[in-house]
Amino acid sequence: MMHKRFVSIWFRHLTTDWLTLRRPELKTVPFVFADQVRNRMVITAANNLAEIQGVSKGMAAADAKAIVPGLEVIDEIHGQETKLLNALGEWCIRYSPQVAVDLPDGLMLDISGCAHLWGGEREYLKEIVTRLISKGYDVRAALTDTAGASWAVARFGKIKPIIEPGGQADALLSLPPAALRLDPVILDRFKKLGFYTIKSFIGTGRSALRRRFGQDFLLRLDQALGNEEEHLQLLQPLEPYAERLPCLEPIRTRTGIEIAIQTLLEALVRRLVAEGKGIRNAVLKCYRVDGEIIQIPIGTNLPSNQLTHLFRLFELKIELIKPKLGIELFTLEALKVEDTAPDQELLWSPEGCGIEDTALAELLDKLSNKIGADKIHRYLPQERYWPEHSLKLASSLTEKVTASWRKDKLRPSLLLARPEKIEVTSLLPDNPPMLFIYQGKRHTIVKADDAERIEREWWENEGVHRDYYVVEDEQGRRYWVFRSGHYADETSAWYLHGFFA
Amino acid sequence: MLASKKDIVAQLQQQILQWEGFAPPAAARAKGIGMGAIETAFPNGVFPAGAIHEMICPDAEHTAATGGLLAGILNSLMKQGGACLWISTSRTLFPPALSRFNVAPDRVIFIDAGTEKEVLWVMEQALKCEGLAAVVAEVKEISIIQSRRLQLAVESSRVTGFLLRNDLRKLGANTCVARWEISPLPSSLEEGLPGVGYPRWQVNLLRVRNGTPGSWKLEWINDGFNEVKEERIHTISENRIAG
Repeated sequence: MMHKRFVSIWFRHLTTDWLTLRRPELKTVPFVFADQVRNRMVITAANNLAEIQGVSKGMAAADAKAIVPGLEVIDEIHGQETKLLNALGEWCIRYSPQVAVDLPDGLMLDISGCAHLWGGEREYLKEIVTRLISKGYDVRAALTDTAGASWAVARFGKIKPIIEPGGQADALLSLPPAALRLDPVILDRFKKLGFYTIKSFIGTGRSALRRRFGQDFLLRLDQALGNEEEHLQLLQPLEPYAERLPCLEPIRTRTGIEIAIQTLLEALVRRLVAEGKGIRNAVLKCYRVDGEIIQIPIGTNLPSNQLTHLFRLFELKIELIKPKLGIELFTLEALKVEDTAPDQELLWSPEGCGIEDTALAELLDKLSNKIGADKIHRYLPQERYWPEHSLKLASSLTEKVTASWRKDKLRPSLLLARPEKIEVTSLLPDNPPMLFIYQGKRHTIVKADDAERIEREWWENEGVHRDYYVVEDEQGRRYWVFRSGHYADETSAWYLHGFFA
Repeated sequence: MLASKKDIVAQLQQQILQWEGFAPPAAARAKGIGMGAIETAFPNGVFPAGAIHEMICPDAEHTAATGGLLAGILNSLMKQGGACLWISTSRTLFPPALSRFNVAPDRVIFIDAGTEKEVLWVMEQALKCEGLAAVVAEVKEISIIQSRRLQLAVESSRVTGFLLRNDLRKLGANTCVARWEISPLPSSLEEGLPGVGYPRWQVNLLRVRNGTPGSWKLEWINDGFNEVKEERIHTISENRIAG
């Protein structure tokens, strides 16, 4: 999984900054928003000028006016924060697709894998902050591994806004408990107990903390530390690649199923093509009237968004769908999508399709969906001498050859999976045999090449080396035989391992 | 009148040949596969690509020899960049050996099917895939209907198919364009040189549709087929054996 990184943006004077933008004359005037609470006006937000002079949130408007003579009191506009944050959040989607509103005064961005596009995290964060400030919003932002820690550092951090991966626990230690996004009641309890920094209680046992501060507190702590995952309520949720097709009448015929698949695929493919993506894995679910769900999975070797090809893959499996009383709902979901190569079609040439060709990939998809992907093999050379190890399975159609196929040493056309023991007569012990008996037949050897010694790969398996000989018998049949071990060794034995062309 | 009738018949004959996978004479020259005299056995004197060939290999030695000759043919078929499919239920071909015949083993895709039925199904699907250079399948038994299905597939796709038959009792009738038998022959090296020489085979074309069966001796030397004309005499003596 990709390493998660979060940015928290704190708008210190969200509503007042907004009003200043609307009414520039307020720039030099201390002003507050106030709302009616039990017969008195209570301040809900103060601009920077007012704050400097000692006005703060929660103060009675009348008291504030006493402190700051020229203070302008403006009626609170309900729901304005949400509206503003939504708009700012939409704007921030340019920095990351995963933006969440963090009421009442912030935004939370899941920026995993985004920062490098701006040349690194420092530049990335600087860009966001300077753009927002130039728009007229007084913001602070922080970037850490977790949403909780980013929130804390943005609001309470004093040292640096970017905490390196894994560093959130250390960064949190010197911050106050309020940095953990806690309920005011709980914060009050911390205050009473004299806990002014997270450091002062983090060493306490979890059960003791739970007893005193509740489960919610532990959740917040774990979220900040990264022990517990936090899901953001995204402004634009990431849509799964899925389509639904409810049927008015239960479908019971093959034609009906085909039409359903076609319709679902068309909708899905349209979206995939627009996004330049292709399916690697997809599953079709048929919800039957009797409550059964039939699942038909397909897989491809190369990401594909070709309608006809994908349809054919499903078509191969339609007979597995037993509609019984009928199917009332079809869903199609692409479980794995990948970017399609833009030059995919260019590789096609009528002269012949190469290994990376779409037509070939489509053929193999068809085969693997019918008989199983484990039955399709492609080999690449491996720079090892032991014959059985001189090749390895390629993981994909597109995997390139890194080593080269050796041509200097002859290898037989047929290789027995397991070398077979043969009886041998040889003149000199260190020579190729004069004749050998294989499966009851005598072969008199007429020609033979020099021995090729192949040593064991000691790191793989123990055992003795093999001395291989290419030999030809009187009828011209060519074999690959070897003696395992040193000729003087009692345990050495002769084997036939392959047949040459 | 008679002459024009003759012309028409000849023309029709050519058309039938083309449908069956034989190249027309003009295209033929360019598309030889370097097998020399053997190609004259086929109609218009050209190796029929876009058709299905049958090669019988009753034992391991024959299979190895066939594998070599076939790799040599694949070499020229795959020159234009196509890939090859090799379908089998019990494959013994050792992929690295292909490189001796200039076929990159990584461009061959091996399908190790579970049943004979799957082999034939895969072969039919593969033969329909235009642009594949060749499809090789090891099959025990094939009915006339199944072979006709394969023939229909290649007629539209022009892919070359090879059936390797290891069960001689089940050969039967089929629509293959030719039946080959390749057996190993003693190799030869320059006089006096010890060791095993270049691969050499006895190539028998037992049956050629619209062609003339025959028998040839071929060897693979310097990255190409070479017809062995006169048989040099080999002395079988112990001292030839390399020490």
